[in-house]
Amino acid sequence: MLGKLSWSAIPFDQPIPLVTGAVVLVAIIAVLAWITLKGWMPYLWREWITSVDHKRIGIMYMLFAMVMLLRGFADAIMMRSQQAIAFHSEGYLPPEHYDQIFSAHGTIMIFFVAMPFVIGLMNFVMPLQLGIRDVAFPTLNSVSFWLTASGALLVNMSLVVGEFARTGWLPFPPLSEITYSPGVGVDYYLWSLQISGVGTLLTGVNFVTTVLKLQAPGMTYMRMPVFCWTALASSLLIVAAFPVLTATLAMLLLDRYLDFHFFTNEAGGNMMMFMNLIWIWGHPEVYILILPAFGVFSEVVATFSRKPLFGYRSMVLATMAICVLSFMVWLHHFFTMGAGADVNAVFGIASMIIAVPTGVKVFNWLFTMYGGRLVYASPLLWAIGFMITFVIGGMTGVLLAVPPADFVLHNSLFLVAHFHNVIIGGVVFGAFAGYSYWFPKAFGFRLHEGLGKAAFWCWFIGFYVAFVPLYVVGLMGMTRRMQHYDVAEWHPWLLVAAGGAVIILAGIILQIAQLAVSIRDRERLRDDTGDPWDGRSLEWSTQSPPPAFNFAVLPRVEGNDAYWIMKQRARRLGGLSDEPVYSDVEMPRNSATGFVCAFFATFMGFALIWHIWWIVAVAAVGAYATFVVFAWRDRTEYVIPADEVARIDRVNRNVRARVLEQVAS
Amino acid sequence: MSDAAPETGSRHADSAPGDARLGTEKAGEGVGSYVIGLGLATLLTIVSFFVARTTLVWEPSIPVALVVLAVAQMGVHLVFFLHITTGPDNVNNVMALAFGVLIVLLILTGSLWIMAHMNHNMMPMEQLMQMQH
Amino acid sequence: MSAFQAAADGLPDREPAIPRASGGLVSKRVVVGYGFWIFLLSDIVMFATFFASYAVLVDNTAGGPSGRDLFNLDNVALETTCLLLSSFTCGLATIGARTYNGLWFYGAMTATFVLGAAFLLIEMHEFAHMVALGAGPSRSGFLSGFFTLVGCHGLHVTVGLLWLLTMMAQVFAKGYRPDILRRMLCFGLFWHTLDIIWVALFTVVYLMGAAR
Repeated sequence: MLGKLSWSAIPFDQPIPLVTGAVVLVAIIAVLAWITLKGWMPYLWREWITSVDHKRIGIMYMLFAMVMLLRGFADAIMMRSQQAIAFHSEGYLPPEHYDQIFSAHGTIMIFFVAMPFVIGLMNFVMPLQLGIRDVAFPTLNSVSFWLTASGALLVNMSLVVGEFARTGWLPFPPLSEITYSPGVGVDYYLWSLQISGVGTLLTGVNFVTTVLKLQAPGMTYMRMPVFCWTALASSLLIVAAFPVLTATLAMLLLDRYLDFHFFTNEAGGNMMMFMNLIWIWGHPEVYILILPAFGVFSEVVATFSRKPLFGYRSMVLATMAICVLSFMVWLHHFFTMGAGADVNAVFGIASMIIAVPTGVKVFNWLFTMYGGRLVYASPLLWAIGFMITFVIGGMTGVLLAVPPADFVLHNSLFLVAHFHNVIIGGVVFGAFAGYSYWFPKAFGFRLHEGLGKAAFWCWFIGFYVAFVPLYVVGLMGMTRRMQHYDVAEWHPWLLVAAGGAVIILAGIILQIAQLAVSIRDRERLRDDTGDPWDGRSLEWSTQSPPPAFNFAVLPRVEGNDAYWIMKQRARRLGGLSDEPVYSDVEMPRNSATGFVCAFFATFMGFALIWHIWWIVAVAAVGAYATFVVFAWRDRTEYVIPADEVARIDRVNRNVRARVLEQVAS
Repeated sequence: MSDAAPETGSRHADSAPGDARLGTEKAGEGVGSYVIGLGLATLLTIVSFFVARTTLVWEPSIPVALVVLAVAQMGVHLVFFLHITTGPDNVNNVMALAFGVLIVLLILTGSLWIMAHMNHNMMPMEQLMQMQH
Repeated sequence: MSAFQAAADGLPDREPAIPRASGGLVSKRVVVGYGFWIFLLSDIVMFATFFASYAVLVDNTAGGPSGRDLFNLDNVALETTCLLLSSFTCGLATIGARTYNGLWFYGAMTATFVLGAAFLLIEMHEFAHMVALGAGPSRSGFLSGFFTLVGCHGLHVTVGLLWLLTMMAQVFAKGYRPDILRRMLCFGLFWHTLDIIWVALFTVVYLMGAAR
């Protein structure tokens, strides 16, 4: 009746997950109760959960990512503390538990922190920068978000019901096959990623269509902000790479569930093929993460240098070059698996070539800053921190791209330090830069600057204290994922690394404090102008937060840095352009499709994991029925009358006019 | 919803993939494209099946011939059934297709090349020695 | 719904532009069609992955039967005929939808369904036969690859048939509304692409396999 599920699935004998799970469950219930008692449920349902507005969905993605960052970081603290004390000792985490922790850490950080954050930023900003009202497929956008959330829910449930995978964040066979991982852990991983993978793929389709087919009048390709170019490149990579992940995980699922022999030891399976296929996805994946971060930095550096971005064309070329090249380097993740010198050489060289367009970008940012009048607000600090940190990480990457060097360093802590260097220095710093840069646009008040700077320094210093020791022990020969060790030389370095993790923890606490304080002091921090940084691109021409329809009348784009051109003209002429002719605006209706679909997907995933086949069938029918119900809608849009549009826009115009007077005087 | 036609002169005078560039709304005339496509595809299919089983063709060239015929037939489908053309209204569609084809080629050739090398290097020594002789 | 009523909503090719998204420049039909085209490309990449797997595993028969032992090319010819004809009838159905011609539309859709179902029946029969011979997917890596690749295509055809029925139901219930016609466009793209993938399938798997 309930498949493999029974009371023994709950880890009554393991205090850490049990207590954690209980605390989290109580916290969730408490929050839900508080929301319900305050009467906020209808508002939340109407304005957020069923919203198909890209701005709302983008904010939900980022909030979701930040919450999952806490979970992933908790795993990190556990790993660092375990390794700090597990010298000639078993530490406090038994191997079965430790293995799940590092697997969960990687899975959550990549799929449920980095991806959602980056997608959330693109979601919020891209339509505003393009001068349009929403993405190409708003309801699909909502579906994507909720499917991602569904995947995360499943991973988190594995903490208290069953177990998680012990295979690392990529489940290499034969360890991940049913013979060597008979429990539900790998199944939790697989189904969770299949579900959220569908969501991500749909996002990719959505964004590619949006950038290529929807722009404001006059917005040619070469007038798009660089952030939109990187969003396009990232989305193209999503469309190209995620199907490979889906297929590869599906093959592993078939092996586990139906006794297929894709990657098994016996009957003609080929385990090496899994590594090949998974890294065909895996390498583009990291470029999916970093490209939008590059886009953020392009925007931030230009704005806070008060100069146009240097070398726009070369930036675009570099972005698209990275997009294509990222599909030609994947073997560098398994130089040591035995493809031979010829193959290794080709991919090694390709991996070095791909550093070139990134170098072009770094030089362009530096040249943008040179001769500019820099404003050292926290977004720029994150950008400068990124430039230093990411370049170092990139260089260690090029070092690893040399196959003989990689033979020594593969799967050592040097590798671990490298990829954290580029992901934290690149993606995370980019995410935080984007977060502090666009927060005023999303909410109408700034973040507390002092706490933001303090948080930056903690992250920046903490990162180096946590990861430079890992480079050192990697060169000393320490392998990754060690639950205990007895080499005395490593111990002091790992103690320092644990200290670094604590400094980063301080940074995170400061960020939480920053958010709380900013909300508390929001009146003092309020930005009425909609343009707190004297921005250059179109999102700064809207109010903060922008109205549902973004732009009362779609802007006419006349060049790069479209809003800057508009501002310069207004300053020259001493006033705003004439009031436009307002007309009714049609907006897509909210839809519960995303939420309901994810609801069924979660049940389907859970039932597949525990072999409860009747629930699988019911949930599958439910998901299909949801689509049909959605397809049967007659009224898909609602109208905002021209008067309302005019009223909202006039508020914006008044504010702009006042700012113009202040600037002129 | 306004009934304004798309502005002319904008670069968005694009066709949706799968839509024939219009000329006509009469049922009979659009059929021509599909009939030609069916005919050509049938011909190519018959030739493929023939080539696969015949002894008239030099054997080592059979796989190549089959691939060529398959690619030709895919082209027939794309042009006559999906109306993907090289006109300016189809540029985005063709670019997207080209990108997809590039990725497919990278995955297929890359995987086959890599896995062939790996399998070869995994061969037990005795088998390797046998192959040398 | 009469053709005149539907025509008043705007002919699909000169369909009303989307003022809300792009200021009257791009029709919804183009956006939806392009988006679905991108999705189809991702689907093709997924098939490419299964193809690559199959190609790598094709010789891993683990002492069991190979393609040469198992494949019946007459069946394959029959399947190919069914699918190719169904692509043709799908094209006719597309024309029928665009010209609001009920006879063409329902007739051609029904023919497409019958041909697609015939394809599936032949394929399932083939699979059952192979399993009965002990040549099921758990026999060897080659057979795992075969069943997954061909089976994935068959699954797509099944979903397509379900979609086909839903399209017929929608047109019956709501007429040739612009949004339903956009879905027909997507369905046509989907169905033709399945046939393109079948071309690759029967060439690489069956024709080349039977020669090994």
